[in-house]
Amino acid sequence: MKKRKADEIYRKYGIVLILIILFIASAMINGNFLKPQNLINILKQISVVTIIACGETMLIVSGMIDLSAGLLCTTSMCFAAGVLSTTGNVPLAVFTGIFIGVVCGWINGFMITHFKLQPFIATLAMTNVLQGVVQLYTNGQSIGGVDKVRFLGQGAVLGIPVPVIIMVIVVVIIAVLMKNTKFGTCIYAIGGSEKTAIASGINVNRKKRMIFTLSGALTGLAGVVLMSRLMAGMPSVGSGYEFDAITAVIVGGTSFLGGIGTVTGALIGSVIVGLINNILNLLHVSTQYQLIVKGLLIAGAVIIDIKTKENKKSR
Amino acid sequence: MDQKTVVELRNIRKEFPGVVALDQVNLRLKTASVHALVGENGAGKSTLMKILSGTYTSYEGAVLVNGQEIHMKSERDAFEHGISIVSQELNFVPEMTIAENLYLGREPLQKGGFLNKKERSKKTAEWMQMIGLHFDPEMKMGDLSVASRQMIEILKAISRGSKVIIMDEPTSALTNKETEIFFQKVRELRDQGIAFVFISHRLEEVFSLCDEYTVLRDGKWVGSGSLRDVSEEKLISLMVGRDIQEIYPPVKPHGDRVVLQVEGLTGEGFEDISFSIREGEILGFAGMMGAGRSEIARAVFGLDRPTSGTIKMYGKPCRFRSTQDAISAGVVMATEDRASYGFVGVRSIRENIMLPNGDLFTRWGVWQRPKIHEAVTGICGSLAVKAPNAETLVGNLSGGNQQKVVLGKWLVRDVKVLILDEPTRGIDVGAKQEIYKLITELAEKGLAILLISSDMPEVLSMSHRVAVMAQGKKIGVLESGEATQDKIMKMIVEADR
Repeated sequence: MKKRKADEIYRKYGIVLILIILFIASAMINGNFLKPQNLINILKQISVVTIIACGETMLIVSGMIDLSAGLLCTTSMCFAAGVLSTTGNVPLAVFTGIFIGVVCGWINGFMITHFKLQPFIATLAMTNVLQGVVQLYTNGQSIGGVDKVRFLGQGAVLGIPVPVIIMVIVVVIIAVLMKNTKFGTCIYAIGGSEKTAIASGINVNRKKRMIFTLSGALTGLAGVVLMSRLMAGMPSVGSGYEFDAITAVIVGGTSFLGGIGTVTGALIGSVIVGLINNILNLLHVSTQYQLIVKGLLIAGAVIIDIKTKENKKSR
Repeated sequence: MDQKTVVELRNIRKEFPGVVALDQVNLRLKTASVHALVGENGAGKSTLMKILSGTYTSYEGAVLVNGQEIHMKSERDAFEHGISIVSQELNFVPEMTIAENLYLGREPLQKGGFLNKKERSKKTAEWMQMIGLHFDPEMKMGDLSVASRQMIEILKAISRGSKVIIMDEPTSALTNKETEIFFQKVRELRDQGIAFVFISHRLEEVFSLCDEYTVLRDGKWVGSGSLRDVSEEKLISLMVGRDIQEIYPPVKPHGDRVVLQVEGLTGEGFEDISFSIREGEILGFAGMMGAGRSEIARAVFGLDRPTSGTIKMYGKPCRFRSTQDAISAGVVMATEDRASYGFVGVRSIRENIMLPNGDLFTRWGVWQRPKIHEAVTGICGSLAVKAPNAETLVGNLSGGNQQKVVLGKWLVRDVKVLILDEPTRGIDVGAKQEIYKLITELAEKGLAILLISSDMPEVLSMSHRVAVMAQGKKIGVLESGEATQDKIMKMIVEADR
């Protein structure tokens, strides 16, 4: 009984505690860490992945997953860059990026609900298709001439970089959506017990398509932000972001078994990963070691997830 | 033949959280005999056999094998003591051959650790020969008939040295002819010294196959003996003859207006079902598991699609393409399998109650907190849900309180028809009583209630009328005054013939 309480406390506050400990430890290890510029940099670096993680949270909470998010981000980035460099129209470029995300997300959802494909497989197929599309469109070359979005990627309001502001807005919107709307409750119900959701009069397939579409839109937005940060559409960047996003979601306490998780958790998870990468960078630890630490972090988070579930069962 | 006792169960007691499943149960199995274990659904037959076969390892009492007390620690343990179970869900790999399945995990090897397929085929053929089966050992298991698969399962047990074989409803998927052949093989094996336990609710089969019987009722031993000395009527009365306890509240008279009318409903597992329920009426569906009762209810609720038939609400034809349609017409259901269809265990009481009621509690898709708070505290109070607060996860509640949450999520709505499928299964007596009281109160308010239950006293005491179901058909309707357990059991047994 006492153990279970500890589990629940961990679920609620554990990651915040870990974040605080990491923060203090980092501050003590390296003097440069606490400089405002460094802290802002961390947030700036995680902004794209965190936006993707918001969509991935909705998917994982509802018992699904999107492996194509990384490549979708790349695709949106390249097409947005292409549109911008030819037309010079910023709103049109932003719209194009998000629209591509919406279309691909909807297709993922359609494949899953209509043909009953596993999300893993449907989005794996989508990844390959997008890989081809990006190569065809860009010929493997970066697309430049997108200086008009400098503000979006490099600008700041009151010292806070625009990508960070966009990230925070997205997190707040999705957090409210998941907590306070009918749609959000459906997301949790579908992941917690799909049959119960069906028996409660919810059109589960429609909701699944909506989740995928919305997640696609966010990934498309992430692609636009990425383009603005890189000041180019780079066909080689973005692949693998889906795993960074999933890492953030899992570290943030979302259960892979579905029904449990929050985007604020994903944000904190993302900050934890960013913070660890940052301190390892400051300590001049090579990227190879950073990868190992990230791997251990995922395994640790999932072990805790399973342990808390087990305790509940054996009660 | 000299028959010695091979297995003895003494004073077995088994508790599940809140429920005593078995109490003071005794069973004695002799070699070379088929022992029938009979009783109503929920009498504890399967639980007892799961103790013998090592699935449940915590119990009180003693299990003796060949006179020695043994406490099985696992199914493997039981297996090594010569006890196997052939369950309703068979354990085999359909894509693999008979020989591969028979020797799964103990494949004969030849030099160098390679598989000796020839030897395996040969031995498989020999084993099959023994009970008169003549299949190609290299045939795929999935291509065999259900009866043959069952024989292979039994063969698997015997070839591994099992002396006691438990068969849980082995004939439920067999045709009459297959059953006959299957029984012949079982008799042959029995004559070779194997002891069988046969669990079945088909008394005709019990009498044709078995030598001895043990009757369980409500987890208690009520009788044992030789089947030669007992009549079918006697056995039935042993199975059902319990006093109706004082836990059922009196049922009030119902109204006249027909709320739900179902005509000629046909679908998977049921055929040409017609019935109607009036305002304030409780219609019971009695029958054995697998009689098609839940399937009918699921079709009415829009969970499954019927192939034909009509559903009318207040005389107006409706089509429930999904649960959404049914719910908005005022038809709701508390399913038999609460954990899958009833609630989301990892979410709170509040969220579970919110889930189907988005139409009531949201504006522009956003939950109206004050409305929800009012409704949730109201319903939890009136149903007396025992939980620290509304944020408690439903998965952490007891069975009775989980059922109250399931009912609660519907009762915040304006419900016309309430379908209850096994509403008190796995619930302790105290909570049962509360749920019965609630059912009568709801009927009094004018709800039309369809009560499906395998618990005979429950369905008899709680219903105005009882429809008896067997094999997907309605075989009769009894008014509550004339319905008795014996009558219903007889109707079911006769329909099985």
